[in-house]
Amino acid sequence: MVPISYFLVLAAILFVLGVAGFLFKRNIVTIFMSIELMLNAVNLTFVALSYHLRELNGQIFVFFVMVVAAAEAAVGLAIIITVFKHRESLNVDNVDLMKL
Amino acid sequence: MPLPFIVITLIKAIVVLIVLMTVAAYLVWFERKIVARIQNRWGPTRVGPFGLLQPLADAIKLLTKEDFTPAGVFRVPYLLAPALSLTVALLAFAVIPFGPGFQIADLNIGLLFILAISSMGVYGIVLAGWASNSKYSLLGGLRSSAQMISYELAISLSVVGVLLLGGSLSLREIVSAQSGVWGLVPRWNVFPQLVGFFCFFIAAIAETNRLPFDLPEAETELVAGYHTEYSSMKFAMFFIAEYTNMVTASCMATILFFGGWHGPVPSFLPAPLQAVVPLFWFSLKVVLFLFVYVWIRGTLPRFRYDQLMSFGWKFLVPLALINLVVTSFVIALRA
Amino acid sequence: MYAAFFFIFAGAAVGFAINLLIQRHPVYSALSLIGVMASLASLYLMLGAEFIAAVQVIVYAGAVMVLFIFVIMLLNAGEEERTQRSKLARQAGAPLLLILLSLVATVLYKQFPRDSMVQFGDFPGQTAPIGRLLFREFLLPFEVVSVLVLIAIVGAVVLARKEP
Repeated sequence: MVPISYFLVLAAILFVLGVAGFLFKRNIVTIFMSIELMLNAVNLTFVALSYHLRELNGQIFVFFVMVVAAAEAAVGLAIIITVFKHRESLNVDNVDLMKL
Repeated sequence: MPLPFIVITLIKAIVVLIVLMTVAAYLVWFERKIVARIQNRWGPTRVGPFGLLQPLADAIKLLTKEDFTPAGVFRVPYLLAPALSLTVALLAFAVIPFGPGFQIADLNIGLLFILAISSMGVYGIVLAGWASNSKYSLLGGLRSSAQMISYELAISLSVVGVLLLGGSLSLREIVSAQSGVWGLVPRWNVFPQLVGFFCFFIAAIAETNRLPFDLPEAETELVAGYHTEYSSMKFAMFFIAEYTNMVTASCMATILFFGGWHGPVPSFLPAPLQAVVPLFWFSLKVVLFLFVYVWIRGTLPRFRYDQLMSFGWKFLVPLALINLVVTSFVIALRA
Repeated sequence: MYAAFFFIFAGAAVGFAINLLIQRHPVYSALSLIGVMASLASLYLMLGAEFIAAVQVIVYAGAVMVLFIFVIMLLNAGEEERTQRSKLARQAGAPLLLILLSLVATVLYKQFPRDSMVQFGDFPGQTAPIGRLLFREFLLPFEVVSVLVLIAIVGAVVLARKEP
């Protein structure tokens, strides 16, 4: 048996690692992955709280987060491909001009 | 967790594993024989009677071959890929019911488990393709990832019709819901879900990368696709994984659409033999599907890549969707 | 038993997440993220959320991450170059992150009673009630999300299309 707060602290750690990836990574694809990591951490809190409250709504929220994440991934990766076509680089530091 | 439960599950798992490995090995022999007969040849005849020891000879050859790792590969994923392929292929059998009670684990979400596991199967191929650091492998890996994502959609959509009829995600309950008869016809899902079965089986062939959809390893253009740079046991693991996936797909077709262990005719065997009857029907149906796999392989030429994609997205997915809508309408009207 | 499983999967999740940060090649990062997702799916199972665990593997690990790897392979992206452009992130980043972690963790830890335990079978996975909720109480959000997905499909096609 494990207290519910362990799950929440784990989610907090994962979230902060996601933020760290977002700040420190320079490859645009990896930055995008860090965002997914943060979303996953939040999902864990939803499921843990759903268990704590014996309420299924939390799991429904996770479902919606996943759908939005999938849609986001499709559009985001399409944007990344377009950026790569124009700049020939995936480094975010090289993508600092609005117009080439 | 009680100890006897763990021991019994372990024994079950080991038995299933041994049977499965034998089946996968003899499936290769079966395929070579049938394709040979289709092409008016004899196939393996030299090793043992009817070439029955051929799988053993193949295994010895693959085991004793030099295990060669090309220079320039990305080592960790290169070694990980075949293991991942095989593990994922074997995992699916954890939930497949071979007969009443002959099941390692009866999950509430058995069907979702199978879909999830089979969706992980693509990683073995993609990783192998990328880690080999060779253009043929990379092309094979890219093709397979696009192909498997596309056809996964068709598989999931075609299965939903069965879920609506069975009302459960547990594979055992889906099979139980198909017992009995409508007049002379057994209550199998294939009759109300003929279109769904059609979509499922075609998509399953594409998911297992078999002809006519074996684009990831198209010999005539990509050498051997994703496993070009693999040899010896690592190649054998991909090989076994592919045949295991064929067996999984056949089992799923049997369970979802052909009534699993239920036979088309009532059995009249004496009571002690009665327990074997469900296993017999199950294996018979699975072998039948495996035969169809091989038959298709021996008959149809390979699709072109753009044909494969447009067939999946413009024909199979819409067809499965229409089937789903019609099925739910009929069920809603009858309720 | 439960605690052992929890620490195995929690450790795996944190380890893979740290590996995501350390690795410089995007494919290795993507593989680590798949590891995180798989560990999270196991944790969901331990919390009784069977359906969510399966969907986690099917949607996240099986579709979204395949898309990521596909794009990485398609662009043939090499190792990440470390540019040291942002001084602020380099110097203030790590301490600020630690503060964020300790804040969030303490608040969460304090908020929940220590005797609220998690164990197997206390809240068994219910797939049918989730479906019922989704198509009754949450029907409007469901439809809105499906429109969102449609927009995303069209957007992705328009963006990734070859220019005439």
